[in-house]
Parts: sequence; C-alpha cells; structure tokens
Amino acid sequence: MNSAQIEIQLIASLVTIACAIPGTFLVLRKMAMISDAISHSILPGIVVGFFITQDLNSPLLIVLAALTGVITVVLVEYIQKTGLVKEDTAIGLVFPALFSIGVILIAKNANDVHLDVDAVLVGELALAPFDRLIVSGVDIGPKSLWIIGIILLITITLLIAFFKELKVSTFDKGLAASLGFSPAIIHYGLMTVSSVTTVGAFDAVGAILVVALMIAPAATAYLLTTNLKKMLALAMFFGIFSAISGYWLAHLLDASIAGSITTMLGLIFLAVYLFAPSKGVIAVMYREKQQRTEVSLLTFLLHLKNHNEVEERHVNHLREHINWQKVRAKTVLELALKNNMIVVNNDIVSLTKKGDTFTSKAIDYIITNKDAQIEDMKDDFFLFRG
Amino acid sequence: MDLQEYFSLVFSDYTLRTITLGTAILGAVTGMLGSFAVLRKQSLLGDAISHAALPGIAIAFLITGAKDSNTLLLGALVSGLIGTFWIRGIVKKTHLKSDTALGLILSLFFGFGMLLLTFIQKQPNANQAGLDKYLFGQAATLVESDVWLMAIVTGLCLFVLLLFWKEFKILLFDADYTKTLGFNTKVIDILITSFIVLAIVLGLQTVGVVLMSAMLLAPAAAARQWTNSLSKMVLLAAIFGAFSGVFGTAISASQTNLSTGPVIVLVASIFVVFSFVFSPSRGLLFKQIRFIKNRRDLELHKTLAFMYHIAETHENISHPHTIKLLNNFQGFTRKTLQKLVEKNYVTLDGNMWSLTEAGFKTAANLYTKQTTEDE
Repeated sequence: MNSAQIEIQLIASLVTIACAIPGTFLVLRKMAMISDAISHSILPGIVVGFFITQDLNSPLLIVLAALTGVITVVLVEYIQKTGLVKEDTAIGLVFPALFSIGVILIAKNANDVHLDVDAVLVGELALAPFDRLIVSGVDIGPKSLWIIGIILLITITLLIAFFKELKVSTFDKGLAASLGFSPAIIHYGLMTVSSVTTVGAFDAVGAILVVALMIAPAATAYLLTTNLKKMLALAMFFGIFSAISGYWLAHLLDASIAGSITTMLGLIFLAVYLFAPSKGVIAVMYREKQQRTEVSLLTFLLHLKNHNEVEERHVNHLREHINWQKVRAKTVLELALKNNMIVVNNDIVSLTKKGDTFTSKAIDYIITNKDAQIEDMKDDFFLFRG
Repeated sequence: MDLQEYFSLVFSDYTLRTITLGTAILGAVTGMLGSFAVLRKQSLLGDAISHAALPGIAIAFLITGAKDSNTLLLGALVSGLIGTFWIRGIVKKTHLKSDTALGLILSLFFGFGMLLLTFIQKQPNANQAGLDKYLFGQAATLVESDVWLMAIVTGLCLFVLLLFWKEFKILLFDADYTKTLGFNTKVIDILITSFIVLAIVLGLQTVGVVLMSAMLLAPAAAARQWTNSLSKMVLLAAIFGAFSGVFGTAISASQTNLSTGPVIVLVASIFVVFSFVFSPSRGLLFKQIRFIKNRRDLELHKTLAFMYHIAETHENISHPHTIKLLNNFQGFTRKTLQKLVEKNYVTLDGNMWSLTEAGFKTAANLYTKQTTEDE
C-alpha cells in the first residue's frame, strides 16, 4: 500500500462518516429523497461558482453550491405549500430543472470549463491525492482531505452541541416546539449541513452517489437498532467498512471507486435486509408464520371449549369443520400437545386444565377488546412457540 | 441553424424528422403514464426506476457484447422492474419508509451501474464506447427503428389504457372500493407500474437516466392544474409532453453544444411554471386575484354595515352624516365609498353621505343572506 492508496481510503472513510451523520437524521425524518434533490441541484451552484473562482476546491464554490442546495429545499417547500401538487412531486419537479440548467451551463461553456458532466455524477476519487494543498511551500496533504476533514469536524461539533435538540425534534416535533427549540432553525440547519456535506463529498464521489452514502448506511443501521446513538455509530461503521472494502474492490476490477463503494453498501444492505435479527425479511416472514399458527391454535382451542359433544371434538372432524389443510391441522395439534393445552384420547381431543384457563383468559381479552394482551399472555403459557 | 430553419427542415430532413418524432412520441407516452404516477403519489418512483435501469443496460452489454439498443433496453426493463419490486418489498416488509426505500434503490443501483460502466470502459472491447449516452441521453442517436419501437409501445399503452380505463381509474381514487368490487387490485397495480417502467426505459436513450423522472412528472403536474377530470388530464399531459419534446428538440437543434435531454426537461418545467401561475381555477395568479377581490368585498360590506348601524339610530334612514364619521373606522377608504355610490347604496352630497333605500336593505340582509350580488 503506498501513500496515495492510504490517502484515498482515508478520504473515502471521512466522506462516508460525514455523509452518515446527516443521512441518519434524514432517514429518520422521512426526508431521504431531499438528499437526492440537493445532490442534483447543487450542480448549477457549482458551475456558477466555478465560473467565478476558476478553482474546483475554492471555499466560495462550496458556499455557493450549499446555498443552491438550501434554495432547492426552500423551493420544494414553497411548491408544497401552494398545494398545487403533492409533496413528492414538488421534489421531482425542482431538481431535474436545476440539474438541467447545470448541465446546459457546462455544455455551453465546455471549452473553458474543466468540468466534465460524468465527473459530476461519479466524481474521481482516484485523482484526489494529486491535488495537494501547499501552505507556504510545505505539502500538507491532499486538498479534498482537508475540505472533507473540516466539514466533518464542523458536522461532529454541531452534532454533539445540538444532539438533544436534534433528537427531540426528530422524534417529537410538537414536544420540541413546546420546549422552545425552533423547528425551522433545526430543519434548515440540518438542510445546510446536508448541502455542505454533499458539496464536500461531491468532489470525491459525485452527485448521485452522495445519496447512497447518506441513505444506505443509515437505512442499514435502522434495520438493526432503534437506539439513535447506536444507529449513528452503526451507520458510520458501515460507511467506513464499505469505503475501505469498496476501494479494494475497485482496485481489483480497475473500476470506479465510488461505484464500488456504493456496490459494497448495497451488498451490506442486502445482507442486513435479509438477515437482520428482528426486522430482516426472513425474520419477519418467520414471525408472520409463527403468528398465523398461533392464531390458528387459539381458534382451535376456542372451538374445543365451545363444544362438549364427542363428535365435534374428533381429530378428523376438526379438520373438516375448521377447514384446515392436513399439514396445518397437524402443526396446530402438535403445538397444542407440546404446550400441554390438550390431551388426545382415542382420537377425541379435550382441553387440559391449563388449556382451559388459557382459553377463558383469551376470551376475556377478546370480548373486552384487549386483543394485544393475548400476546403477553402467550409468554406465560407457551413452552414452545408456533 | 435558427428556429425558423429548423421548422422548415423538420419535414424534409431525415435526422431531424426522426428525432422530433421520437421525442414527441416519448413526451406523449410519458405524459400519459406520468399522470397515473403523479396521482398515485409515486412521483419519485420514476426517478428511482430510471436510475435503477442503469445496471441492466451494463449487464445486457456485458452478456451480449453488442450495442443493439433493443437488447440494452430489455436489460434496463428487467433491472428497472427488479428495482421497483424491491422498493415495494422494503416498504412492505420492513419499517423503512418509502422515501428511504426509493433513495436506497436509486443510489445503490446507480452506483452498481457506474461500477459496471467503468469496468466495461476498461475492457478491450472496441464496441464499448458510447454506453454512457444513457446517462444524459442523446436524442441524436435515435434511428427510425427506435421511433417505431416507441410508437408500437405507445400504441400498446394506449390500447391497454383504454381497455382497462375503468379499472385504472377506480384503483387510482379508491383502492379499497376496487377490492370490494372484486377486481384483482394486485394485477391492475402491477400492470400500471410495469407500463410506467416501460415508458421510463423507452426514454433512457433520449433523455437519459438522470433526467427521465422529470419527463414523467412535469407534463402530468402541468396538466393537473387545468382540469379535475382524469381523461382530460391524461390527454393534456400527453399534449404537453409531446410539445416539450418538439420544442426541446427544436431549441437544442438550433444551438450548438446543447444536449436535447436537459432542454426538453427545461421546456417541460416552463410548462409547469406557466400552469402553476396561470391556470384559471388553481393557478397562483388567479388565486391571488380572487383573494384581493374577496378582501375588497369584505371591506365594502364592513363599511356598509357600519353605515347601517349609524343610519339605524335615525328615523329617516337617508339622514345625511359627515364623511369624517367614517374616518376612525378601518374598512373605509375613499375608493370603497365611491364604489358604494356606484352601486347606488349611498348618495354623496359634499362632505355628507346618506344611505339609500336599496343600501339600507342590502345592509340589513348582509348577514342573513348567503350570497350577495356584489361578488
């Protein structure tokens, strides 16, 4: 590993951390698509800034571009407020228009702008180490490392300083307002930080992939935890992990670094989406199946309690009567037996004492409209779950 | 070439005719289907699908090694559909909200697509150049067979739309009712979503991945402002879309260095802004005018009511009073007084005013009547 490689990985990791922090709040505030809008619409800001400064890394350019990002948010909110179109349509109308203006500006001035539309979309991380920041003759590292480092530092300072406010206003807007935190200031503060981060990261990973770095780590973390601090930490971890592994993937395939970082993020998300312990698809499907069986069991027990006649309680009759398939009937019957809810004598099913108490309690809850309590009761009665 | 030249050439020049026809058809079909996307609150789905189509294009190229636009679009269609259904899966099975799901799929698929594109670019296959035209689209690469494909798909869309018009419409406005009527909502839903994906994929070559969503949204959002009827909206959206396509092509052809996609999007955006401002029933301009008119009417009524309360205390309702009396009352302006005179509610005599019979009667009924002729 040479120093350029280390620097690239360092820049990539810093970018992912800087994106993960605002991204977490955007995901929680259901504003993920705003980051998409910002990342597109900063383009005209960057182009205009570039015309003025002639330097892609100038601070003025970042300020101008971030301003365009905030303008986008204001525009979207203005259109939403007129009520002429639904909210998401407003987002979809604003950013393509601004992005088009940016593309046209670049195209019309293609000769004197060293700005490539492709680079705008994907960024060129591999070139980042070659643009050095030289202060009074001393080389102190790549420019983009400093830029993203400063942005990250500001973001982290703001995060620590306003963590409480951000947390309250994210989860309970009304409470935050009544406690005296201005929702508008927090909202626009977050939007400004997102815009600045987008601009800073833009250089490294391009406009669209910033969206991936903002949303994917946060969404992945959200599937694993419901604790805000843990979610932030996890999002940062996923970000760094995919930044470094993505770099080596790109190295291996000789392809775009930003593209492979995103691909790594995608793979991590896919894995978590499928296998997350309680919110993953497999866990959810398993739980749904469990619940179906348990509801069937309850139906079965209620039926037994209602009927004392022998013919109503015959094993085969139950299947005909409740109209279950063979496998399902067998599963339910076995579950009931395992939990000591029923006994089977000569193919006649009858409730045990335990089964009887369980059923009476369940009926009580059902007729008093407290169905949710049955779930808690199951913990007391069930030795085995469905 | 200036605009005039463009319009004189458009019927004779093969390239111009093909491109213009292609963008017009594209605008029409996206406008048509976009109406459904907008009304179903799936506006941003188009954005996600168009980005999600990118890896499909790259994979189709990797497999076939050829740049035949039909195979590439087939790849785009498949990956667009996968993206769409994954979004649904995320929203349905996890607690992630739809905006997160959209942003996720959009950016992850696009990133993967970029990875593949850069990977392809490094391949020794000489054929690979030009795949990145799908990012921003290049209307100039349209050939007659592409236009035919678009026309066929549009025809198919139109046919299905007319065939299932009732089902689409009812699902759009009342999904639960549709279910109770016994329609298979899932099938209708998948049908309309697939057609939206199809329309987006068709546009990739012309407008590109990044800006395709605007083609879907803008004509529909503009059309929505002019009508409350679905059929009129679909028709209007198709017209707006087609015109955006034609004007966009015309403008970009008449200038050098202007790619067609962004110009078409900007033209469509201008349609939207125009509709937002000037639509008679919903537009901002007329809303503001109505607002001002209502305020003026209210002030007129306030002045009239104030006069009425003064006149009430006298036996002769037309007993003259000084105008000064009205000065410490806010609704009063000289203009409103003039208006009241015009309406024959008040007569002026120097510095004195007096209510007429008609004015007194109107004022007395002001709060009992639901409507007044003043409006």
